[in-house]
Amino acid sequence: MAGAKEIRTKIASIKSTQKITKAMQMVAAAKMRKAQERMSSSRPYAEKMLQVISHLSHASPEYRHSYMSAERDRKRVGYIVISSDRGLCGGLNTNLFRKLAVEIRDQRKAGVETSFAVIGAKALAFFRRFGGKVMAQVTHLGDKPHIEDLIGAVRVILDAYEAGEIDAIHVAYNEFVNTMTQKPTIRQLVPIQADEESKSIKTHWDYIYEPEPKAVLDALLVRYIESLVYQAVVENGACEQSARMVAMRAATDNAGSLINELQLIYNKARQAAITQEISEIVGGAAAV
Amino acid sequence: MAMTIHVDIVSAERAIHSGLATMVFAPGEMGELGIAPRHTALITRLKPGEVRVEKENGEMEHFYVSGGMLEVQPQMVTVLADTAVRAHDLDEAAAAEAKRRAEDALAGKSADFQYAQAQAELAEAVAQLRAIERLRKTKVS
Repeated sequence: MAGAKEIRTKIASIKSTQKITKAMQMVAAAKMRKAQERMSSSRPYAEKMLQVISHLSHASPEYRHSYMSAERDRKRVGYIVISSDRGLCGGLNTNLFRKLAVEIRDQRKAGVETSFAVIGAKALAFFRRFGGKVMAQVTHLGDKPHIEDLIGAVRVILDAYEAGEIDAIHVAYNEFVNTMTQKPTIRQLVPIQADEESKSIKTHWDYIYEPEPKAVLDALLVRYIESLVYQAVVENGACEQSARMVAMRAATDNAGSLINELQLIYNKARQAAITQEISEIVGGAAAV
Repeated sequence: MAMTIHVDIVSAERAIHSGLATMVFAPGEMGELGIAPRHTALITRLKPGEVRVEKENGEMEHFYVSGGMLEVQPQMVTVLADTAVRAHDLDEAAAAEAKRRAEDALAGKSADFQYAQAQAELAEAVAQLRAIERLRKTKVS
């Protein structure tokens, strides 16, 4: 019964794989909930900040910060690319990179060059493989990313913008639509696009500034950009966990159906062996 | 009832405090600030220090902030707290570190993005994922 034994070990190995994928699925589900919480808890800060900024830009129209100024002529665009650190999360990173690759090609056709700030090990591996001008990188943020970890990378790209090396900053990440759907997204960060909210404000009062408005606005804008990048990182984290959860659930299901099939084959093999044995005994008895 | 002012303390990572207060104290860049209800509108940067909120029942709540921004409106105070100590040279150091890591990781790699190669390999990866998906569907049905 050599065949049957082989099948049995195969079933055992698939079962242990199934246990692993099942555990990963449950871990991802728990982490996803936490990541979603983080997503919603980082929102008030950015909203509040946007309110203050739109108010400020109205109150002191004479000072336009370079982040808020009109579009420059584009020669080089900076991308902040956010990916996961680990794999086993379905097509999450691949889909994002595909979108990015198309974008890069389109930009190149239009004569625009590209630079990158990379967040996440998978994105780094991607650029290491395919080349590209990477200005800064941060990896291994863990499940609880902190804004401190992002300051450096964001700073590099903001400095490049202020120095005129790049003329716009985009961020590429996965948008969390729901547990089943993650949408690869590329969004413009800088120059900040004028939104509806800032147009609707018609106040005539102004703040007292300590120190002068320029310094306050500078500090605010840098923090605002950072908080947007942080939000994108957190959102991408939630996407990663939900994508992993879905992928691992699929893997667990697949392992289950594989085990069923093998079990059937095993039973058949066992029965065939028994039948053969009986017919051998019967044949032997008849010969006596 | 005593006059009150609404206080929100938020950091980039979470909302820290929200509620009514009769008085708020904050470490402004130009000196300690005491904010009573109907204070005039004001914006200032904060130094690292303590934000104290005096609640309606006279209780004091203390929050440590490592800097940030303070926005005051007559009915509302918002503290946009930093989660880390920020200073120009610290930020510069972080930036230099991020740059250095990128240079280390990509040493000797071409700065030109290989579009054709990337496209081919990504298409392959996606095709694999699709095939798995299809396999799964045909099995279920």
